Order: sequence, then C-alpha cells, then structure tokens
Amino acid sequence: MDEEVEEERARIIPISERPEWADVQPVPQDDGPNPVVPIAYTDEFSETMDYFRALYLADERSPRALTLTKEAIFLNSGNYTVWQFRRLILEALNVDLQEELDFIEQITKENSKNYQIWHHRRWVAEKLGADVASKELKFTKEIFSQDAKHYHAWSHRQWVLQSLGGWQDELAYCDELLEDDIFNNSAWNQRYFVVTRSPLLGGLEAAVRDSEVAYAVKAILAKPENESPWRYLRGLYKNDIKSLVMDPRVASVCLDVLMEKKDFVHALNMVLDLLCHRYQPSNELKNAIDAVSPASDSSGLDLAERVCSTLQLVDPIRANYWEWRRSTIPAQDISVSMEKQCAV
Amino acid sequence: MEKTIATKTQEEQWMVQNQVFRIYDLVFRLPPQAQSVNFEIRRDDHIKYLTKCLKHLEPSFAVLDAKYCLSLLFSLYRHYGVMKNVGYQFEALYVKPFCLLILSRPWLCYWIIHSIALLGDCVDDKLENGAIDFLRRCQDPNGGYGGGPGQLPHLATTYAAVNSLITLGGHRSLSSINRKKLHTFLLRMKDTSGGFRMHDGGEVDVRACYTAISVASVLNILDDSLVQNVGDYILSCQTYEGGIAGEPGSEAHGGYTFCGLAAMVLINEVNRLDLPALINWVVFRQGVECGFQGRTNKLVDGCYSFWQGGVAVIVQRLHATVNEQLGLPNTFNYDCRTDSDHDSTNSDGEQCSEGTSSPVNDINEPMQEGKADASPSVGLNSYGYNFIKRPIGMRPIFHSMALQQYILLCTQEEAGFRDKPGKRRDLYHTCYVLSGLSISQHSSVKGADSPPLPKDIMGPYSNLLEPVQPLHNIILDKYFEAYEFFARS
Repeated sequence: MDEEVEEERARIIPISERPEWADVQPVPQDDGPNPVVPIAYTDEFSETMDYFRALYLADERSPRALTLTKEAIFLNSGNYTVWQFRRLILEALNVDLQEELDFIEQITKENSKNYQIWHHRRWVAEKLGADVASKELKFTKEIFSQDAKHYHAWSHRQWVLQSLGGWQDELAYCDELLEDDIFNNSAWNQRYFVVTRSPLLGGLEAAVRDSEVAYAVKAILAKPENESPWRYLRGLYKNDIKSLVMDPRVASVCLDVLMEKKDFVHALNMVLDLLCHRYQPSNELKNAIDAVSPASDSSGLDLAERVCSTLQLVDPIRANYWEWRRSTIPAQDISVSMEKQCAV
Repeated sequence: MEKTIATKTQEEQWMVQNQVFRIYDLVFRLPPQAQSVNFEIRRDDHIKYLTKCLKHLEPSFAVLDAKYCLSLLFSLYRHYGVMKNVGYQFEALYVKPFCLLILSRPWLCYWIIHSIALLGDCVDDKLENGAIDFLRRCQDPNGGYGGGPGQLPHLATTYAAVNSLITLGGHRSLSSINRKKLHTFLLRMKDTSGGFRMHDGGEVDVRACYTAISVASVLNILDDSLVQNVGDYILSCQTYEGGIAGEPGSEAHGGYTFCGLAAMVLINEVNRLDLPALINWVVFRQGVECGFQGRTNKLVDGCYSFWQGGVAVIVQRLHATVNEQLGLPNTFNYDCRTDSDHDSTNSDGEQCSEGTSSPVNDINEPMQEGKADASPSVGLNSYGYNFIKRPIGMRPIFHSMALQQYILLCTQEEAGFRDKPGKRRDLYHTCYVLSGLSISQHSSVKGADSPPLPKDIMGPYSNLLEPVQPLHNIILDKYFEAYEFFARS
C-alpha cells in the first residue's frame, strides 16, 4: 500500500525533473509535419513516452527502465511495444514474477479487454509453471463473476488447464456456471473443451458422451429455444453423423419439443439434418411435423422438404437459408423410396 | 429445481430486443413521408464527422459510452491527472474481442478512410499526402507497420496500414509499401504451429493468420513458405458449433470466423472447412432484432453486420465447394432463367451451369475461363482475384433487407454509427456497420460487375454504397487497381 502511494507520488513529479533521469536525452515521437489522426497527448503522456523511446532505442534493460515501462503501461495498457520491452527487461533482470502477476491484476481491473495484458499474463504464468495454476484459475473465475463470457479470460483459462493443469474441478465449475445461466454459451463451450480434452476423462469415446447427451437433452427440454445445448448435442457427434442418426435420444428430444408446438425451430433444424442423413422417421415424428406444418402444401412433399417449407414460414429471418437447404436435400431420399416399398 | 426467474443472458437480451422493437414500432407507425427520412443514409454528415476525425481527434465527451464512462474516467483521472486526452481515448477504446489496439493510429486511418470511400467520397490531397507520410513513419525499417511511429511492427496494424494505402490508391501511395521487407517481417512472424504471431514475442491466433495472409495476397508476395500449415492451424479452430474461434478450443466467434474463412479462401484451402456446419452457424447469428450477434446467445451488435454478413456473402461464391461437400452435383443454385438481364452469355439455363467452374477447378486451381479478364491469374496470389471474378452461384443465405433495416434504424446516429441503441458512435463501428451495409446491398447481384436492383436496397437508391472485395474489406475498384499494380511490380 505504501509502495503504491510512493509510486503515485513519483508519478506526479515529471520525469525530466527526477535526478535519476538527468543522463537520458528524451526522444520525441516522429509524427511528421502533417500527421493524420493526431492525438492531443497530455504532457505527462508525451514525456513518459519520450523517455521510454530513449531507453527502448538504447535497449537499456535496467531497473529504472522496468519502472518506466510500468508508468507507460498505466498510461496506455494497449501499447504492445512497451509490454514487449518489459518482457525483455524482466528476463534480463531476473525479477520475481509473482509480483508481475499482481501488477497485471491491477491493470486488468481497469481494462480487461485488450490482448496485451492477457498475452503478458500467459507469458508470466508459463515461466512460473504449474505452481500458479490454481492462482490463474482463481483469477479468471473472478473475471467471470463480472463477465461470464469474457473471451480473453476463457482463452487464458483454457491455456492454463492445458499447459499447467488443474482439470479436477473444471466440469463441476461448468455445471455451476450453467446452473446459474443455462444460456451462457461460453460455459457450454468450456464444457465441450473439458469433455473432449481433459486427460482425466476418456474423451468422447467413453461413457462421457452418453452422460453428456443426457445432460444436453435435459437442458433442451427445460428451454427448447436455447440454441446452446442443441449445438452442444450436435457437437457431441461431430464427424460422426451416423451415430447421431442412430442415437434414439436425439430424435426423441426433437419429437418431445415438436409435440409442445412452440419453440421448435432448433428441433426442426436437427430433424432436417437427420433426414438428410437417411434417418428413418417414426410415424409419431412424421405426425408431429405435420402438426406444426401449414396445412396447405404439405401433402405432396417429402418429409425433408416439408420441414424446410415449415421453417421458411415459422423462421422468416432465415427464409433464404431454408429455401437453399430445400434445394440441397439429397436427390434420392432413401426414406421416400423405403416408404414406398413399405406401402407395397 | 428449475429456475423460473430469467437468467442474465435472457434479461439482457430482452432489454435490447424491446429497445429495438420500440424503434421499429415508432418508425413504422409514422406516415410514409415521415417514415422515409429514417431510412436515408445521412451521407454528408457522416463524411463531415469522419473527415474531422482524420484531421483531429477532438477531446470531446460526446463520444463516451456511458457504461465505460464512469470507470474509465475514474482511472484516467487517476493516471493522467488531466482530462485533455480523454475524448480521444474513448474513440479508440471501444473494445471488441476482435479489434483494436488502443492508440493504434493505422487502424483509425483505415476506419476513417475506408468509411469515407464506402460513402463514395475521398479525402482531399492534403489529407491524402498527410496519411501516406504518416503511415510511412509507422513503417518499420525491417518491414511491417506499427501502431505509431517508432513502435514495433504488428500484423494487425500492418493490415490496417496496407488497406488504408490501397484505399487511397495511386502510385505514391502504393509504392510507399516496402513489400520485400514486409515479406521478411511476415516470415519472421510465422510460428511453428503454422499460424502467425502478431508481433515479435506476440500472441498467435486466427486474426494474425488472416491479417498476414490478406496483406501478402493483395501485395502479391504470398508464397509457400508463408502458406505452409496455416490451413491446419485455422482448421483446428473450427469449433463443434460450426464457426471459428480465435484459438483451438475457444468459442466460435464472428470476427474470427470471418478471418478464418477469408484466409482459407485466399490460400485455396477453403474446402477443408466444414462449410455446411459453418453456414448453419452463421445464419443462426442473425436474430429477431434483424442484426447479427457475434456468438451464440450474445447480444446483437452492428459491427457483426460485416464480420458475420461477410461470412455469408463469401459463402455465396463457394457454391461449388459447398455442393461438393454435400455430395451434390455442381449446379448453379440460382435460377438461371432470371439471370438474362446481367450476363448475355449465360442467358439460358444449360450454358449457365457450364459457365460455372467444376468442383475440381473451384478447389484445386484458379478458374480457367476468366472471360474478359486481361490479367493472367495463376498462382498463389490470384485466389482472391479469381474469387471475386467468379459468378455468384447462390442467393443470399441471410436476410439482407432485415440487416439493412437494423443498420439504418438502430445504428445510425446524426453522424457516425454505433453498436446498438443506447451505445454511442465510434469509428470502429462506423467502419464495420458501413462495410456491412455495402455487402448487404450488393449481396443479390450475380457478379462483381453488376449493380444491385432498387428492390435490394432498403431506403432510397441513393443509399447505395461502393462495393467491396469482401476477403480484404477494400473498395472493389481500389482492390483491382492494387491487384494490377502489384502484378506488374
């Protein structure tokens, strides 16, 4: 605390008036005679950057250079040149990097959404190794308590898990976030990350997929309008569409949602995919689709076409897309020919 | 067990949705005469605002976003002690996952110059020369451009600088780019993963891959050493949702999806992406507010008019690849009989499908029958050019009129554009909203040379903006000029 006050005070005295800087000749920014997007820098900003430029050009990796980069970062935490030079100095001086984490934390509180601080934090954490894994996980958790979809923080967390470890509680953490907000797609994405990449789970081959399908189905039934679990469910069968078609729970959740006759756009989207991959619909499913289709033009069309024309009406913002989908339905729809055979 | 109260996502969504619907309701209840004014682009006012920013970034509080205002004012006050610089900070500080470096002046140049060009105007000679000279000072002696004079070269600012210079056009501007040194810089940024780093010691992500590939391609310096394995890296970022993330494992996101897709087209590896999944993801990003969101279950934002809209229009020129992935014969999805007004050689249906490149051509080589194109177009650097010269094989897959409605009624201010109602204008959104409007207006044309029909433009036809080359987001004419310039040199 005292140190902070001290620093704050130091910053009030202009660098040019500090004795320890007397030997440095500041280097002004070379903006040229007619600069565009000129910036009305404050005197403090200009002066700090002029001194920074001098040390940067001289490649002076000293304690005072380290202090100066800190001041420059406080003035503009997005200046990647300053951050990069700071890393060179940190390496040269062999500084205690734990303190560096605290410094970043301070900066992050003011503006957490720039690439530089996150890249720097990753660099520091990598140097410190597995010991800081829990600290990093805690740090990102604090960010998520304010903004649960913070893109940089999620990237950082994934990097920590993969590089430093700490997977044990991650699935439970995803549960917690989804419990809190089932629409949080970042949490769904993290869940996917865990079930596909955690060394503690066996990947999607094992029983994991089974329980995850159940998890997604439950979430869908609770809120069928929530796109996230639908995409998650589809993702569980990424590159394995045959198994998606074969899993009776997939068609069944679509049927359940359709029977409710509302919020069924995602269900029809899924049904369409199934039908395009030779799924044999039950009579129940066909009837449910009929029940939500407009009465007029349904009879002559095959089922996939009927799904598309229904979607064109009930989901008008994507009318063009559904029309295109209709034009790309595989030509020989086996379900139709099978149906005919059955009829005979 | 189940919660009946709304979650945070729902609450925020409903709030924005209601705000947007209220605006639509108000406008559509006006008498026709009064209504039409709301659909007009206030061209002159936008140009005035942009030109003023180029000359001088005023320290005005008018640009502040209320949400950032308090927290940032507080911190800036603590650190600056003075308020002189605050207005500028906010102009640039509008932070989005895909975007900016604070105080990155080449980006400011690009957003302004590109916006002015989209509006059909250009900057005067003095400002043009000022911009060229200034960007020259941002160019590193060892190649690439930094965020300001003397800063480390950076891929994103290099992209912004190169796009600015191409948009200004002309010999003085184009020849100011040191392409040989730039190539060295790009190679130095190449990571072992196949991806690119933003700067020396910087982060590797899809944005870096795109900006590197985009400038290399447009400057005719793309080669195998730059391309090597970058497709693997981008492919590893396509997520289970269908969109593309910034890094492997991250969440699918509009900005990165645009970057990944455009880069894959430019290196001719787009067939490696799962395009049907990508298309399905992107069309679901357009919501009831009529604009696009950046990620699943996030709020609508005007800037995604370009990032997501750009993905949608790029896909329209990939019909052959998409059909191949779907196992379909390669036919034009357009109804060719309605096509006669634009292209006499394709006046009947049969010839039309012959005129399309076969899937093999589409994927493995540049289109052979380049019709009337004078310039030879073979090799790595011509994929972007062949792409834009190709006839468009699909109707728009998104709702163009709806998007235009969102842009005109919800993002336009007296001068400048914003993210959504309740936010304040800034240069970043002005640039990407206008870019989104342009691609949307031109999404129903059949080829790069044909003008859109009045029915495809929301508001008066005078709203029509200049078309862009979507892979680089550069004004089309300026792109062609640069393509020819760098093909010669």
